Amino acid sequence: MVFLHATSLADAVAALSAHPGAVPIAGGTDVMVEVNFDRRRPAALLDLTRVPELSRWWVEDGRVRLGAGIPYARVIAELGDRLPGLAMAARTVGSPQIRNRGTVGGNLGAASPAGDSHPPLLAAGAEVELVSNRGRRRVPVCEFYTGVKRNVLAPDELIEAVWVDSVAGPQQFSKIGTRNAMVISVAAFALALHPERQQVGTGIGSAAPTPRRAREAEELLAGELDAAGLWESRGPLPATLAEEFGSRVCAAAAPIDDVRGSAAYRVHSLRVMARRTLTWAWNDYRKAA
Amino acid sequence: MTSLMQAAETTSWNGIGTSARRPDGLLKVTGRFSYSSDLWVEGAVFAVTVRSPHAAARIVSVDVSRALALPGVRAVLTHEDVPGAKTYGMKLADQPVLAVDQVRYHGEPVALVAADDPQTARRAADLVHVEYAPYEPVTDPEAALLPGARPVLGSDNLVRHVKIRHGDLVAARELAEVVVSGDYEVGMQDQAFLGPESGLAIPSEDGGVELYVSSQWLHKDLEQLAPCLGLPPDKVRLTLAGVGGAFGGREDLSVQAHACMLALRLGRPVRMVYSREESFFGHVHRHPARMHFEHGATRDGKLVYVRARLLLDGGAYTSTSPVVIANACYFAAGAYEVPHAQIDGLAVYTNNPPCGAMRGFGAVQSAYGVESNLDRLARELAMDPLELRMRNAMRTGTVLPTGQEVDGPAPVRELLASLQERPLPAEATGERDLRTLPGGVANTTHGEGLRRGIGYAVGVKAIGYSGGVDDVSTACVTLEVAGGRPVVSVHTAAAECGQGVTTVQAQIAGTELGVTRVVVVPADTRVGDAGSASASRMTWMSSGAVQGACRLVARDVLARAARVSGRPATVLALVHDGVVDSLTGDRVCSIVDLLGDDRIEHVHEYHHRPTQGIDPETGQGDAHIAFAFAAHRAVVEVDVELGLVKVVELATAQDVGKAMNPLAVEGQIEGGSAQGLGLALMEELVVDDSGRLRNPSFTDYLIPTMLDVPPMPISLFELPHPDSPYGLNGVGEPPTLSSTPAIVNAVRAATGLDLPRAPVRPEHLTGTMPAGNRAATPAALPAVTPPPGTAPGGQPTRARH
Repeated sequence: MVFLHATSLADAVAALSAHPGAVPIAGGTDVMVEVNFDRRRPAALLDLTRVPELSRWWVEDGRVRLGAGIPYARVIAELGDRLPGLAMAARTVGSPQIRNRGTVGGNLGAASPAGDSHPPLLAAGAEVELVSNRGRRRVPVCEFYTGVKRNVLAPDELIEAVWVDSVAGPQQFSKIGTRNAMVISVAAFALALHPERQQVGTGIGSAAPTPRRAREAEELLAGELDAAGLWESRGPLPATLAEEFGSRVCAAAAPIDDVRGSAAYRVHSLRVMARRTLTWAWNDYRKAA
Repeated sequence: MTSLMQAAETTSWNGIGTSARRPDGLLKVTGRFSYSSDLWVEGAVFAVTVRSPHAAARIVSVDVSRALALPGVRAVLTHEDVPGAKTYGMKLADQPVLAVDQVRYHGEPVALVAADDPQTARRAADLVHVEYAPYEPVTDPEAALLPGARPVLGSDNLVRHVKIRHGDLVAARELAEVVVSGDYEVGMQDQAFLGPESGLAIPSEDGGVELYVSSQWLHKDLEQLAPCLGLPPDKVRLTLAGVGGAFGGREDLSVQAHACMLALRLGRPVRMVYSREESFFGHVHRHPARMHFEHGATRDGKLVYVRARLLLDGGAYTSTSPVVIANACYFAAGAYEVPHAQIDGLAVYTNNPPCGAMRGFGAVQSAYGVESNLDRLARELAMDPLELRMRNAMRTGTVLPTGQEVDGPAPVRELLASLQERPLPAEATGERDLRTLPGGVANTTHGEGLRRGIGYAVGVKAIGYSGGVDDVSTACVTLEVAGGRPVVSVHTAAAECGQGVTTVQAQIAGTELGVTRVVVVPADTRVGDAGSASASRMTWMSSGAVQGACRLVARDVLARAARVSGRPATVLALVHDGVVDSLTGDRVCSIVDLLGDDRIEHVHEYHHRPTQGIDPETGQGDAHIAFAFAAHRAVVEVDVELGLVKVVELATAQDVGKAMNPLAVEGQIEGGSAQGLGLALMEELVVDDSGRLRNPSFTDYLIPTMLDVPPMPISLFELPHPDSPYGLNGVGEPPTLSSTPAIVNAVRAATGLDLPRAPVRPEHLTGTMPAGNRAATPAALPAVTPPPGTAPGGQPTRARH
């Protein structure tokens, strides 16, 4: 196995260009498990831990540019105010040790349907910035996942950063596990209200081959809030609307039965999480007035 | 002793009854303790196991040529290379060292590969080509007993049918005004110890082998191992290496025979360390159980009878199943006075993973059944479940279903009463910290859907070996002078699995000999058998042995002191590294002066009081040496919409006879309670219909975390046991019995659901378990045996071929 170090982004891009298909590794919380369990024997590993560009974040034009190598612990500590949905999800990742090592970029690279970062990134309408020798491109995160543990990355492309709107409205994240900490998601749901554009964002985890949005639920909710003038009035949310929203979220899911949970439970829990997170987010929106 | 092992030394006096610090404690929490997986010597090769991917298959051929051709590979062995007996086992030698012509469970060892490094060994293992002809596995334990079922092993699939007949069931059914019955299931729990199976085998010059291994019982390992190696027992020497937890899972052999046969073959040291995944295949698990319980009671809540049928899935090999099912049956009436009982227990063979010893040893399953049905009875009687339990609580003098009178302390009522008196944790108000809620920081509820429930349970179990076994424990104690100070060395084969037997041995030696400096040398087979670290017996039996040996040493020392001082030995005592006159308090002499260059050494073999086997038809007999009791009160909050549970508090009351080391006792109670919590809410090895283990990882086999384990207040009772050293009683298993049913009873109280099965999954609480999943709907069990005389030939279904 070839082990490549990069000490700058340019280095990393050049290395990947020379060794297309090399597996980038940052925290190693996913890649090393696969290697250690002999499920994967990549021809080359590309170490990104010393690439400074990947471990920085800044705000540009109202958007947070989050370096792909930033671990969850920093998301929680530094970005709880700007990216609350992502920070809430980050709090549920593994153990403190894993949160110190694991990165949002790594989560995207692995593209597991159970990855905790995906639902809040989907709800927030994030874009993934990819870089290669051939240049840069930004992919809306909802187009990033192409199948179970697959994404749009070309063999010579690297995930450089994620661009997320700095928060303008309430965000929530909720995740089911069968114990009260350190558990892989059985089902997860993220919600973002975007009052500035009177839109709603959603993200579903662990309930389909890929993380996905519940578009019909988003449209229903945004439309009903608009029709009832609730964005402006910040009046109470009709209970029937929360229920209907939950139903539409369920309809967007396509879960399976597996050792972690039944498909029926996943659908059921999504309904409950959708209703509850909407209730909390709407209450936050009303209080913020 | 070799440089591989270190003795545990204590240098400050901590007698029995003090919370002496464990000598390995600091090393363990700072990561410096040497576990069996850390052992290494120059020239060692690393070995791995090739395991069956099928639960049932004929082995058509094994081709090792490609594996052998890989550079760095030193040996690839199959059953043909086993030097001696081809099979071994705890009770029956029926488990192949390496599969011969067929495999009977997913993960059964088929071949071994030794190579210069672990990676090469693993890659070579992938190159061992085994051709299998799979056949339909027997995976349903009930179907395994049906006529025509294919025998997994031997002539039929029945391991043992235990029958207990007590009193007069016909009369009892007349007396009973209220009858409730229920079907209950317990899933397959794993010991989930953190230190994987591992060891180091070093060939010795005499043609024998030295094995450093984590084990619960070195001498039983030796007894099974030596015949497989074709060596006399004195050529096989075992030393206990650092054990990272056991809980029953290290009683059966794992790496022992494999590492030794490779070491003998290669003439080189061989290391084996299972990966986490392999570990789940490398030891026996807790038997999954399907149980039917029927209780009859009077309208005022007095138990009249219990009928129970217990079916334990023993998996592919015998292991300890015959005694696990016996233990399940012995205590199927629970910690209650029940005048009439009819109990049938069946352990069966299937192509599921082999099951054997795990903390509680069958009594966990029956305690779950009986305590669940008691709550059902309380509902039927419209009686408080705690009141029902107190009304029927076993006491000293109670006659068990096996006909034995309980003759030690049996404070069941008192334990329950102490739980009742303990104030309940306050109900939370206002905005709550997510970590206190079901789901934790995963943010699933802010208070929505929450319901609180309270549940009680009590458990009883025999301590030590039952059924006529003459159990033995040996200690060798030496007193000598070193560096100008008296030093006591304690040498036993007692396995320190984390339970603290090393510390207790040092405490006893210090107490008995009044010596400050005590060395507990590494456990090995150079000294006599200590028996197993199981059945909550190790502290009892080891204490008896060490105390006995110390008293022989003390007798010699005091005889010398009497000669020197002219005082009668009977007034002399050993205190503070010297001899004092216990009447006057005068210091008579120092041990150093008394001993000079002499050493005094004694060996003592301790036996507990004799017991009897039970009658095979009636189950009657004085089978037990002692009983231990624990009770739990669980307070839970359930998010009834999402089916998530937070245990708010888990209070234990337990009688321990004498707390030899109160801190260690609390550790045992907390650990046992947490393990029971795991079984109640999350811990289960999932085996699919093809007999394959679906979740062999800590990613998917979940054990409780810090946020799952609640505050666990403990009420410790110390009622001296009449027959034991210092009045102590066994401590390790009792808290595991009642923790699970107390929590499930609390969840039932919160939700009003029946919840027949443990662990309780969110699907059970939300009605989302897929149809046809046997985890959701327990199979209807055939009727229990009719009372004698009511139906000729009415026996439980069993297949005979």
